[in-house]
Amino acid sequence: MTEYLLIVLSAIFINNFVVARFLGICPFLGVSKQVETATGMGMAVTFVMALASGITYWLQKVLVMLNIEFLQTITFILVIAVLVQFVEMVIKKVSPVLYQALGIYLPLITTNCAVLGVTILNVEENYSFLQSVVNGIGGALGFSLLLVLFAGIRERLAFAPIPKAMQGIPIALVTAGLISIAFLGFSGFNLEALLGF
Amino acid sequence: MTRWQIFKNGVFNENPIFRLVLGMCSTLAVTTAVVNGIGMGIATTFVLTGSNVIIALLRNIIPKEIRIPAYVVVIATFTTIVDKTMAATMPDLHRVLGIFIPLIVVNCIVLARAEAFASKHSIVESAFDGLGMGMGFTLALTLLSLIRELLGTGTLLKASDFGFDGFSFFPDALGVKLLVLPPGAFITLGLLLAGINWFVARKGEKSHD
Repeated sequence: MTEYLLIVLSAIFINNFVVARFLGICPFLGVSKQVETATGMGMAVTFVMALASGITYWLQKVLVMLNIEFLQTITFILVIAVLVQFVEMVIKKVSPVLYQALGIYLPLITTNCAVLGVTILNVEENYSFLQSVVNGIGGALGFSLLLVLFAGIRERLAFAPIPKAMQGIPIALVTAGLISIAFLGFSGFNLEALLGF
Repeated sequence: MTRWQIFKNGVFNENPIFRLVLGMCSTLAVTTAVVNGIGMGIATTFVLTGSNVIIALLRNIIPKEIRIPAYVVVIATFTTIVDKTMAATMPDLHRVLGIFIPLIVVNCIVLARAEAFASKHSIVESAFDGLGMGMGFTLALTLLSLIRELLGTGTLLKASDFGFDGFSFFPDALGVKLLVLPPGAFITLGLLLAGINWFVARKGEKSHD
């Protein structure tokens, strides 16, 4: 159990997908203008990342078995694209309310590099099936946390007097830099000692 | 537009990073050293040009409904070529760039140019667009990594693949370590973008006078 907790905590705080690994920056800068949409996006990404981690684990097994690992990038991205389309259809049928809330953000998840990133990282780290899924969820939670945090700051930033040249993306990037410094503080944590390994 | 104008458009007017603000992940992640920046830039240029040419070639054959998956397959093919070639010829650089090489597939610039340019223009024009956009991307990465490597470590152009130790300007201990850490990427790019916004606005005002 502690092993999985370790993966989740380090994916959220120490190797945060956004501010330490630089994955998923586009939606981070694009969708994080309101807390509400940021939360919706976070939920959708968590769902897709957990599913993608699980599926690509078995897919990689098949690729290795057939000795065609070089097709990893192509197959993974296609699986993710199909998965996102599938998730979109399921949500549309099961919960029209949630679909309305997430609507336009769903198809964008395909090009969120955090999704393809986590599947490749899982393979590189040699994670087991459960570890992969847990890593997917942890990474997505870290992404969501940052997205919501950042949206909260940007809602207030909208009313701040900012020099013209700094408005928009530049001030967002500098703000993200300051958040990143705060997260750098977590990198000194010895999680293993903390959890009693 | 002439071919030269298409090329120039990608490098300056519609610079993928400074003007369109696309492809941020790899930009922020790999620009800790100039060699990494240039390596990533050239890898992306290859994928951009290659996929633009193939997509322009097939633009009348690919059915409209499934064009995005088709583009993705073409882009993923070129990304795999770059990935495997780099792993074989420049193992150190390949290791440093890590997962950001396969992640060229999801770099928004590549898909954006396929959709916005290559699907509507001839093969030669698309090739020039890919080259221009790629050069613009490389230029931006080089500029960003130049600032970060020089101020962060005091050296420039350190390249272990070619057995080159780089030019040393001041001792490593005096470097601003924060610049080569993740926060430095965000802050340097933010200030650089602000500087370019300011410069463009000032130039615009001058031409109005």
